[in-house]
Amino acid sequence: MMYDFLVDLFGNSTLADIIAGTIQSILPLFVFILPFALFAVYLERKVSAHMQDRLGPMRTGWHGWKQTIADIIKLIQKEDIIATDNDKLLFNLAPIVVFVGSYAAFAAIPFSSYFIGTELDLGIFYIVAVTGLVVAGILMAGWASNNKYSLLGSMRSVAQIISYEIPTILVMLSLVMISGTMSLHTLSEQQTGYAWNWYIFGGPGMTLSKFLLIPSMFIGFLIIYISTLAEVNRTPFDIPEAESELVSGYHTEYSGMKFAMFFLAEYANMFAVSAIVVALFLGGYQSPIGYFGDLIGASWMIPIEQFTWFTIKGLFFVFVQMWLRWTLPRLRVDQLMTTSWKYLIPIAFVNLIIIGLITLL
Amino acid sequence: MAIKTEEMVLNMGPQHPSTHGVLRLELALEGEIITNVIPHIGYLHRCFEKHCEAMTYPQIVPYTDRMDYLAPMGNEFGYAIAMEKLLGIQVPERVEYIRVIMAELQRISSHLVALGTYGADIGAFTPFLYCFIDREKVLNLFEITCGARLLYNYIWIGGLSHDLHPDFVRKTREFIKEFRPNLKEINDLLSHNRIFIDRTANVGILPIDTAINYGVSGPNLRGSGYKWDIRKDDPYSIYHKFDYDIPVGEGKYGTVGDSWDRYYVRVLEMEESCRIIEQALDQLPEGDVQSAIPKRIKPVVGNVYARVENPRGDLGYFIMSDGSTSPYRVKVRAPSFVTMQVLNELCKGYMVADVVTILGSIDIVLGEIDR
Amino acid sequence: MKKAEEIFQLLKDNFPASNLELKTDQPTEAIIIASPLEIDKICFFLHDAPELLFDDLMNLSGVDEPKAGLLAVYYHLGSTKIKHKITLKVSTDRNKPEVSTLTEVWKSADWHEREAYDLLGIIFLNHPDLRRILMPYDWDAGYPLRKDYENPEFYQGMKVPY
Repeated sequence: MMYDFLVDLFGNSTLADIIAGTIQSILPLFVFILPFALFAVYLERKVSAHMQDRLGPMRTGWHGWKQTIADIIKLIQKEDIIATDNDKLLFNLAPIVVFVGSYAAFAAIPFSSYFIGTELDLGIFYIVAVTGLVVAGILMAGWASNNKYSLLGSMRSVAQIISYEIPTILVMLSLVMISGTMSLHTLSEQQTGYAWNWYIFGGPGMTLSKFLLIPSMFIGFLIIYISTLAEVNRTPFDIPEAESELVSGYHTEYSGMKFAMFFLAEYANMFAVSAIVVALFLGGYQSPIGYFGDLIGASWMIPIEQFTWFTIKGLFFVFVQMWLRWTLPRLRVDQLMTTSWKYLIPIAFVNLIIIGLITLL
Repeated sequence: MAIKTEEMVLNMGPQHPSTHGVLRLELALEGEIITNVIPHIGYLHRCFEKHCEAMTYPQIVPYTDRMDYLAPMGNEFGYAIAMEKLLGIQVPERVEYIRVIMAELQRISSHLVALGTYGADIGAFTPFLYCFIDREKVLNLFEITCGARLLYNYIWIGGLSHDLHPDFVRKTREFIKEFRPNLKEINDLLSHNRIFIDRTANVGILPIDTAINYGVSGPNLRGSGYKWDIRKDDPYSIYHKFDYDIPVGEGKYGTVGDSWDRYYVRVLEMEESCRIIEQALDQLPEGDVQSAIPKRIKPVVGNVYARVENPRGDLGYFIMSDGSTSPYRVKVRAPSFVTMQVLNELCKGYMVADVVTILGSIDIVLGEIDR
Repeated sequence: MKKAEEIFQLLKDNFPASNLELKTDQPTEAIIIASPLEIDKICFFLHDAPELLFDDLMNLSGVDEPKAGLLAVYYHLGSTKIKHKITLKVSTDRNKPEVSTLTEVWKSADWHEREAYDLLGIIFLNHPDLRRILMPYDWDAGYPLRKDYENPEFYQGMKVPY
């Protein structure tokens, strides 16, 4: 897709090849994930500050916009502390594994119809599989730290992520049943047109089954949003790093850039799960109100518009995550499991069956 | 073949975000279930009682501030009452009224910290800052009264260090007017939040008998549903002149005496404190606040025990005089010190996360435990 | 509500063999003086007798009295049901300070007694866990609240007077 767009743009396939290859592998990191993480940290601080009648960072630059840049420079300069009794190999490997897990998920996320890292037919399946790496990384970090708080935090985290993957996958499965595809790009393409074609409103077409699907889709949307919150360890499910109990969970022992890697992965994950929810239910990169580019006949504008829409939708859900974090208290570990196994999974199953029956109609 | 299991010992503190100071807890865990809690205290021991033996009686007042640093007015009040009992001083009525106003304002500010930090312990950070905004207003009132914001040295033996600022009455009324809606907001945000209730209700249940036997007092005892308040049951100063209720735990969302009840009693007490302050402001008489301060304090040989209702419970002073200008022995019955003993009883069988919940709900101040 | 004299009379009647004494020359409350090894029995009675019901150990303070060669313990008892109060005092030899523990009667006595042990060196017999509480566990320079206490020169290699 990217390649086609560049060929269109330059009319020269060799040049397009090189540029596309470079862009595809590096661009998401430097153009999107890093600036996004910086921006998200800044946003988090500002959102929390304004919710709490504070101002947040104000001294560095206009409304403190340079604050996170200063922070990341500070983190790079920090001493990398490794305790004597740490398992050195696993300790060093863990942040990389965690970061790779969340970064690799971006490969299959369709930012616009022309800008997808790689257009996989099994996009959904790939994302579910590759984010599983995060679990391994967290467990490695907790174990290698040789710290009881870290170990407790990482075990909680692993239990939590595995439990909440089930309702997530069940909801994804119901979507796959309706759409008949596992490619996120195709899914987004199906929801083209206007907002009422989105899967949260029953998907494209004006059939009876669309209207029957609407309640189930709303339930499915809520379930997947709640489960993704738990998967990225955000409040009310931030038990693994519950600072009032476990200090800061599995990354207690990390400092400097390794800590920054966890931090980066956390914020990248926040956007990744929001992006998945958006791609599945809210039309992906599709505009809810039609394209300006179509209106004035400039088709090259469409991918840019799509990218903008996708970012806005994704950021909105990131904002909701922050909103929840600064409003709600945190659950206890057994209550968290109860929520997943006793409520979300049965509801997701019933929802799956209902959607299956409706699809058969 | 049985699986070999091992009890894990988790050391919580002295540096830990939710031990409310430098407290060390030795938790014995089976998985995440607590089997035993051993508190280790003394990290903040500043030898208050030894110091007192080298000080003259008025010099001790600033030292009492530093025990329960969230409620210094209450500490000074207790010391002043004990000394006045020993010396047989009758203080002017205006002094009594101002002392009650200060003690109740202090109760509000102290409970606000308790509420806010409790929210933060459970994971809700925003109510913490909302509480601190209101606490800040109380501290401003103290600041215009005596110049200090945390450690006041305001209530002296037989009087007060300063009279009220001319704006004090108006500003206090304004504060109460602003405070009531804020309290409701904190209730909506935290007290009746479903997740908060799930975390605190039915956790750390303290039955009345256990509570009394362990000497638990103040909001913690009332949270267990026992109507016991020194202000009503062993009246001191002029508390008998005011109309107010003693809120007790009712087990609204769980069992009587759980963490939520202890928390909510504090919320209700702030409203009662507002009522007392309003009545005291209405009746405030004129007078000289320093007329009864003795020039030279040299009590007769003997001893005295007096107690007051501090935000954390019964604060008692045992003062022994040998007829000189310094006390022979001062012993403080610190409410948190006594309450702390019940922690093991409360925590057994709950999870690690609940230790934080329970510890927050009994609202301890380490400065007072270690003295 | 019972006065100190009535409580003293009740105690006298129930413990005829004990060495009890009522001191009323205080500026404030009267004090009942009891014997250190019988204080637990007396307190059991005070706690359980239906007309007394002293369910609250308000305070427990150790006091050093070097002139008399004694270490004293003051007990301030209160009742949350009948709302009366009483002060008890026991004195014990400074060289062999032994007092019966009250942890069986009131659980709250536990830490109070540990504190009295820690700061004054009063041994509470049969106390379940008589360790130092406010001072470091390995403090071996004596009991700070005794009047003849002097700071050690060094603690764990650190200089103490600064």
